[in-house]
Amino acid sequence: MKDSIIELRDISYHHPGGEELLKGVNLQLGQGRVGLVGANGSGKTTLFNIVMGLSQPASGALLLDGARVESRDQWRQLRRHVGYLFQDADDQLFSPTVIEDVAFGPLNLGATPGEARQRAMTTLSGLGLDHLAHRVTHHLSGGEKKLVSLATILVMEPRLLLLDEPSNNLDPASRESLMAILKVIPLPYLLISHDFDFLQETCDIIYSLTGGGLEEGATAQLHSHAHIHLHGDRPHAHGHD
Amino acid sequence: MVFEPFSSGTSWLHQRDGRVKVVLALLFSLLLSLLASWPVALLGLGLALGLVLLARLPLRQVLARLAMVNVFILLLWLTLPLVGEADLELGPLAVNQRGLEMALLITLKSNAIVLLLLALVATSSLAVLGQALQLLLVPEKFCLLLLYTYRYIFVLTKEFDRLRRAATLRGFVPTTSLHTYRTYGNMIGMTLVRGWRRGQRVQQAMVLRGFTGRYHGLTVTDLGRADLLLLTMGLAGLFFITGLELRAGGTW
Repeated sequence: MKDSIIELRDISYHHPGGEELLKGVNLQLGQGRVGLVGANGSGKTTLFNIVMGLSQPASGALLLDGARVESRDQWRQLRRHVGYLFQDADDQLFSPTVIEDVAFGPLNLGATPGEARQRAMTTLSGLGLDHLAHRVTHHLSGGEKKLVSLATILVMEPRLLLLDEPSNNLDPASRESLMAILKVIPLPYLLISHDFDFLQETCDIIYSLTGGGLEEGATAQLHSHAHIHLHGDRPHAHGHD
Repeated sequence: MVFEPFSSGTSWLHQRDGRVKVVLALLFSLLLSLLASWPVALLGLGLALGLVLLARLPLRQVLARLAMVNVFILLLWLTLPLVGEADLELGPLAVNQRGLEMALLITLKSNAIVLLLLALVATSSLAVLGQALQLLLVPEKFCLLLLYTYRYIFVLTKEFDRLRRAATLRGFVPTTSLHTYRTYGNMIGMTLVRGWRRGQRVQQAMVLRGFTGRYHGLTVTDLGRADLLLLTMGLAGLFFITGLELRAGGTW
C-alpha cells in the first residue's frame, strides 16, 4: 500500500511464558477505513498496544512514515500522529471535567491554556458535544463518555485512529451517533469490533485475526463467520426470511 | 464535582489565583491556631465570616459544615469546664473558668479556620488547587496523587459496589463471622487489583496524549492586579492580627 503512515513488519508476540499470540503479522495503515475482527483473546488489542508502543513485540519492526520507530522520541512522535481510543472510556477520561480532559493533550504538546481551551471547544463543537464541556467526566453516560473519549484524541489532530470496540455497550442512539461521526471523519482508521453491522457501515475493508495471523475477509464471509459464532451448525431462522 | 460544592461560584474570591488563596489560607490557619487571646480569635472569626460573605457561599451548606466540626467541639465544652478546680458558678453548675475560656477559644479558632478554608480553598476546584500547589513547588508526584486519587476514588467506589452487589445477589449477608471477613477481604483485594490495572491503563492513556510527568492546568498562571490586591490585603490582615495578639499578651 502506498503512503502508509504505520507499517507493521513481521510482528510476533507472546505473553510471558504463554503461547504465541501474533505470528509474523504484516499490515500497512494510513489509507481507508479498516475493520479488524477476531475471537476474544486473539490478540486484537495487543496489536493496537504494539502499534502504540505499549507492548513490546518479540520480533518484527514498526515503521512510521517509512522510518523504523525505536527511540523514545520516535515513539513520542508516533503518538502525536496516531490516536488510540480505548475499549473502556473510564480509562481514557481522567480529568475532573470534560473540557480539562479534552484540553489535556494540547497542553502537553505546548499549547497555552487559552489555545488548549479553544481547541478543546472547537473539537467538542465539531462532535456536537459542546454542551458537555463543563460536565464532570464520571457523571457522563456510557455513550457520552465514548464520544468525549473520541474528542480527547481528535483534539490532538492525529493522522490515523485506532478504535478498540468503539460501539461496545452503547445504546442504539449513541451507536448511531458514533457511526455518523465515523462516516464523516476524514481520517484513516483501524477499528476493532464484534459488531458486524457496525463494521459493514463504517469500514471499507475488514481483516480477521485468526491463529495469530491476519486474513483479509469479504463481508459475506465475515457474516457467515459471525453466524458460526452465534449459531454453530444449528439450524436458525433469519430475520428477513 | 461531588466534593466541590463551593468551587463553582462566580464571586470575586472564586476568580482569584489558586496560589494566593492557598498561601493565605495556610498562613491564616497557622496564625489562628496559635492565638491565645479570645477577643483576637473573635476578630479572626469575624474576618473569616467576612470572606465567606465575599465568596457568596450558600449559607445553609456552610452551616452544615460548621455543624459537623462543632459536634466534636461540643465534647470539649462537656469536659474542659469540668476539669480542675471549680471557681465559677453558673446557676446550679460549678465550673472551672480557665477550662471555660479554653473551650471558648478553641471554638472560636476552629470555626474561624473552617470558615477561612471554605472561603479560600473550597472556592477553587481541585484541578486549580493541584496546579497551584505545583506552581508553589510542592512535589509534582504529590500534586498528581491528589488530583487523580480524587478522580478515581469514585471509580473504585463503583467497582467495590459492583462486587458487593454481585455478592448480595448470590445470597451473601454480612454477619460477624469468618466467612464475612474473608468475603470482604476478597472484595477489597479484588478492588485493589482492579484499581492497579486501571491505574496502568490510565497511565498509558496519559502517556499516549503526551504526558511527561507534569500536570498542565487550564487556568491562566499569571497573577493579576486583583490577585496581588488580595495578597496585599491578606498579608496586612495577618500583620494586624499578629500585632493585636502581641499587644493582648499572646504567649507565643
